[in-house]
Amino acid sequence: MATTRSTASRVFSDRAFLWTCLIATNVAVVVLAVLLVSIFWQGWGTLEWSFITNFASRKPAEAGIRAPLMGSIWVCTICGLVALPLGVGTAIFLEEFSRKSRFTRIVQTNIMNLAGVPSIVYGILGLTAFARMFGAFGTNTDEAITFGSEESFWYLRIPFGSSVLAGGLTLMLVILPVVIIATQEALRAVPSSLRSGAMALGATPWQTVWGITLPAAVPGIMTGAILAMSRAIGESAPLLVLGGLLFVLNTPENLMSDFAILPLQIYNWAGRPQDDFHLIAASAIIVQLAVLFLFNGIAVLIRQKLQKPLQY
Amino acid sequence: MNTFLKTAALGILASTAMIAASAPQGQTETPNLKALKGAIKIDGSSTVYPITEAVAEEFNKVAGKVRVTVGISGTGGGFKRFSAGEIDIADASRPIKQAESDAASKSKIEFVELPVAYDGLTIVVNPKNTWCDSLSVDQITKLYSASGGIKTWKDLNPAWPEKAIKVYSPGTDSGTFDYFKEVTVGKEGSIRSDMSVSEDDNVLVRGVSGDEGAIGFFGCAYYFENKDKVKALSVDGGKGPIMPSTATIEDGSYAPFSRPLFIYVNKASAAKPEVIAFIDFYLKNAPTLVNEVGFVKLPETIGSKVAANWARRRLGTQFTSSTGGAVKGSLANVYE
Repeated sequence: MATTRSTASRVFSDRAFLWTCLIATNVAVVVLAVLLVSIFWQGWGTLEWSFITNFASRKPAEAGIRAPLMGSIWVCTICGLVALPLGVGTAIFLEEFSRKSRFTRIVQTNIMNLAGVPSIVYGILGLTAFARMFGAFGTNTDEAITFGSEESFWYLRIPFGSSVLAGGLTLMLVILPVVIIATQEALRAVPSSLRSGAMALGATPWQTVWGITLPAAVPGIMTGAILAMSRAIGESAPLLVLGGLLFVLNTPENLMSDFAILPLQIYNWAGRPQDDFHLIAASAIIVQLAVLFLFNGIAVLIRQKLQKPLQY
Repeated sequence: MNTFLKTAALGILASTAMIAASAPQGQTETPNLKALKGAIKIDGSSTVYPITEAVAEEFNKVAGKVRVTVGISGTGGGFKRFSAGEIDIADASRPIKQAESDAASKSKIEFVELPVAYDGLTIVVNPKNTWCDSLSVDQITKLYSASGGIKTWKDLNPAWPEKAIKVYSPGTDSGTFDYFKEVTVGKEGSIRSDMSVSEDDNVLVRGVSGDEGAIGFFGCAYYFENKDKVKALSVDGGKGPIMPSTATIEDGSYAPFSRPLFIYVNKASAAKPEVIAFIDFYLKNAPTLVNEVGFVKLPETIGSKVAANWARRRLGTQFTSSTGGAVKGSLANVYE
């Protein structure tokens, strides 16, 4: 049959496929470019150093993002520090250690389903589990159990209330399924001959995972981490439910501090009647992009440091 | 290292304190504000947020050690946290509902209700709309009600062109929508569903300014900022057409679309010196600050009534009668 088709038509369908792919790629790039240009066009003029160092104000010219910027950095750092070990650990257990059983199937299905849950639901979960701790310690946070003094950075209060710790843990819930699934995919992509080789040489399962499988999977894990952190830093709904603030005149000092976050501040400014607020909302978006690149830069750095070339 | 830093910081603090102490004693009325400490937690309506933000910003300048934090989880969300005892003050763009007030009393929380400003809902059309300058409340009700069946401008008034009406409205969860619904079709009635709805009032401004047959409504702050893009209609509430302006909203003649904005103070919190100072400051400075952020101050008659309510800590809402029924009417009727 193939011989009946002319060369010209085969070349044409080849070209057509190439062009379809090119257009698909460019649509995404063009949309991003238009967004970036319009944001920089609006926001670059009002982006000054004082915008970074000032606190909230009713006057657009004096308003700044110090509190939400530091709040976002604190919350996302906590989120990343908790989500990565938990997520990678879960994935290693599921892929490398557990036998396929009813239990692991249930866990696996749950993780897949959790990845599709709207983030606001996680906010309600975070509010109940972390901020109020199911009301087990009463509703008044002043009468809670405390460890350490309020001046120390390790000051802890149970329940957590609407603190950076509760916020970070809530965001951790949001991104945990993404981290687990990405890590599982990365581990599956490691050739099983590597594991068999290590086992054959007498390595324990732990030595195999830590020395062979995990390093080979780091690029995939870190790519998953980048996607997950990008989502975490842009989330506002779960933290709004948790009692995330807008007006705070101090930056977080310990895990129990109140916090504001950048996406909420941007949303509020963009919805104000005054045009000047719309401009500084654009400036805040630029800063948020910068923070996003910072977090992703760290992930890329880790990827390059830990990556070991596969040697057969 | 740490101790060194602490000592250095203490030194700086001490010297600042000494400079402050040696400063001429000109401001005798606020010497204790600077020494006040503590935290004031506020949450609630995002409509009221700009007012509370402005007050908190100014309060921080006179009482820098008091930590005021303000959230925007919405009027309903704010009342939920208020009834759980998590916050000291709730911002609200409508009076507290019976269910919310019950929830508060269930957890033994009493409150003082304080109106702080007016927001005038403004009915706007496209600037190219030359035929319509004024609508009566009945016409607005007919236009927005589900059973009104208004499709073109001609349906509202036979003298107007047969041009399709495109209806814009704020989100149906917002306090703005709630208030509009109550004064037009009432609690039981229903608003038409074929509207363009947006949570962001700026989107409504853009929508109305780009469509010749459009009509919409939103808070007066959005109209004051966009007078060149949309045209406000005067509203006839039975006493002739009245244009929305700071003057007509303040004196209550722009009826019935002037809605009050509130703060609710937890009675237990109202015993704390920093909260007392903050509310005193709020009521004293609200008249100047609300105009700055686009709202309208309360007339002095109501303002002094509110201040008196605060002074004697009048508990409960004035929008529920002693028999438990809802009190109807404008803020002026309810508070005078």
